[in-house]
Amino acid sequence: MSILIKGGRVVDPVNKIDAVLDILIENNKIARVANDIKTQADSIIDAAGKIVGPGIVDMHVHLRQPGREDKETVSTATAAAAKGGVTTVLAMPNTSPPMDCAENIKLLKGIISKDAKINVLVCGSITKGRLGKELSPAAILKKNGACALSDDGCSVDDSELMLDAFKKARQAGILTICHCEDKKISGKGVINLGFNSTRLGLRGISNESEYKRVARDIELAQKAGAAVHIAHVSCRQSVEIIAKAKKKGMKLTCETAPHYFSLTEDALLGYDTSMKMNPPLRSPEDLAAIKQGLRDGTIDAIASDHAPHTDNEKDIEFERAEFGVVGLETELAVSITELIDAKLIDWSSLFKKLSCNPSRILGIDKGSLGQGMPADIVVISAGKEWPVRKNELISKSKNSAFLGRTLKGTVDYTICNGKLVYQK
Amino acid sequence: MIWTKKDLLGLEYLTAEEIGLILETAESFKEVSTREIKKVPALRGKTAVNLFYEPSTRTRVSFEVAAKRLSADVINISTETSSVRKGETLIDTGKNIQALKADIIIMRHNCSGAANMLAGALDISVVNAGDGWHEHPTQALLDIFTLKEKLGKIKGLNVAIVGDIAHSRVARSNIWGLTKLGANVTVCAPEMLLPVEIEKTGAKTSSNIDEVLKNTDAINVLRMQFERDEGTAFPEQLDYYKKFGITEERLARAKKDIIIMHPGPINRGIEISSEVADGKNSVILEQVTNGIAVRMAVLFLVSQAREARI
Repeated sequence: MSILIKGGRVVDPVNKIDAVLDILIENNKIARVANDIKTQADSIIDAAGKIVGPGIVDMHVHLRQPGREDKETVSTATAAAAKGGVTTVLAMPNTSPPMDCAENIKLLKGIISKDAKINVLVCGSITKGRLGKELSPAAILKKNGACALSDDGCSVDDSELMLDAFKKARQAGILTICHCEDKKISGKGVINLGFNSTRLGLRGISNESEYKRVARDIELAQKAGAAVHIAHVSCRQSVEIIAKAKKKGMKLTCETAPHYFSLTEDALLGYDTSMKMNPPLRSPEDLAAIKQGLRDGTIDAIASDHAPHTDNEKDIEFERAEFGVVGLETELAVSITELIDAKLIDWSSLFKKLSCNPSRILGIDKGSLGQGMPADIVVISAGKEWPVRKNELISKSKNSAFLGRTLKGTVDYTICNGKLVYQK
Repeated sequence: MIWTKKDLLGLEYLTAEEIGLILETAESFKEVSTREIKKVPALRGKTAVNLFYEPSTRTRVSFEVAAKRLSADVINISTETSSVRKGETLIDTGKNIQALKADIIIMRHNCSGAANMLAGALDISVVNAGDGWHEHPTQALLDIFTLKEKLGKIKGLNVAIVGDIAHSRVARSNIWGLTKLGANVTVCAPEMLLPVEIEKTGAKTSSNIDEVLKNTDAINVLRMQFERDEGTAFPEQLDYYKKFGITEERLARAKKDIIIMHPGPINRGIEISSEVADGKNSVILEQVTNGIAVRMAVLFLVSQAREARI
């Protein structure tokens, strides 16, 4: 089975390519990237006028399986991912059971091998049960296929335990991903602390609850000599702390999510629970800092933090509704709309954030269109606008923060491991 | 000026003209309660449902009296005994009430935004009788009505609100209503009970009640809810009384004819002394009386707007 992608603008930052070229896929791998390839292929994709880049590597996704198949499954999430141009996801470990031992990872891997339509990587938990009390066996998790560790949704409050976690992760040669939140500060908060939380009469979550923990985790990782990745950065001070640490030469990376560079706390003024997530949508000042961080390279990656919840968990009183939004189907289009269209960054830079950098951070052989690489490719109509409609989302849950918005950039084809997994 | 909103959710969402219309309408309804037969047929054949998720006597009864004086039928649903106990969602409860062909839901709820959510899900009217820390619009309207009745105007008045501003829906509604009508509002509380960035509403802040009282035309004393479970964010009761309690001694240094308001229920000796609560400057019971006229006006206006839509 061979596929020839003809005449698209190929953007491959790893190989410093940004030119109109053809890509030939043979035996599930990229066989050639060249000008005007004249070969008989089993199928031909006319990519004239389209952008062709490495498939998105989304390093922050909640698949909800095992345990909450009513929200999402490996099958539905990976179909949604393919529709969004995503060819690899990292599955967060806050499932039921959580990914804190070899058996549970094996269980999930079994489901993945049966149901996944794209590449699914597994993230193990830092602590057993994600309770922040006792470390999970990092080396064993890694041996069984975990490619990072995180207690996402929670931060390990005990600094000594966290230091130990970084040490064990370093010994095991595995990345630690930190959800940075001091719950002693954020408490029962439900939206960003500020004038909006005051006028809405809702408990606030301060920037401080995030950035203090960012600073702590960077310091502990440094002490342990371990690699650390900060998840879903949402506020100005976090960006500043990370920039400073990077300048000092510390080994760390971070991600933000599309909603943090496209929406502010003003989206909450109608108590819209589809805008409720943690960390919360912040102030315009924070949003500007996130955009600046993306531009100047402080923020390495964009990840969706795809967090499906059923209507039953969202169509209730604001403070009782679940935190989180789905994002696999919109992350590329939101990025194009807010970053490319707004001329904040260029295509090469966007593919770095969406694909190359996450691959490098996770240490996986993805995110490039080099010869011999697995053929994970997305073909995009960059100028095409589309309305985000609830009934057109294919994720099992529809809790998108972008419902009703018109976004720019459609995914026309997604190819994963040489196979067409989505076609518009 | 025509009222067009099917719901009353908060004073933040109203214009000065809309607030003015409610106050005018309330003025004309006030006389009804002085008649021998205290009833007008304005809402005859209409059904108002009191849906209270939080215990409340005065607000619920006030709404019930208001609705009955407009000849509406009133049904009280206590969430203690209804299917809410069986796990029914707020929207389902609302839709069931709508299916009973009720016309207005008057709701008290402990979650901020609950009335906004219900109003968005239903075609019938929703009147917010207090939601979480968010708004309690009819309380503020009756406070403003009383002030206007006493002092003849709102514009230019110096009004202080003292107490737990952070957790008070009464404070928020009063701030929006009073500032929209041109009053100068100062909120006064221990710093830990002032919500962040409250100045952006146009209100000033202070933690010195004696300073504030010097130049205040009216003061709205909020109930201190010391029973609230907010951990350490609460001052000591006695300390609070000493620093913020409204006493005769303190009022001796204020304007002689200062108006004293309180949304009730009063905690005597906690936020206000008995002498002040029962004294010549207090309009606390007049507020209760005016509450009926204001609520009659609100129920009448939202009904008219809803019918104009159909």
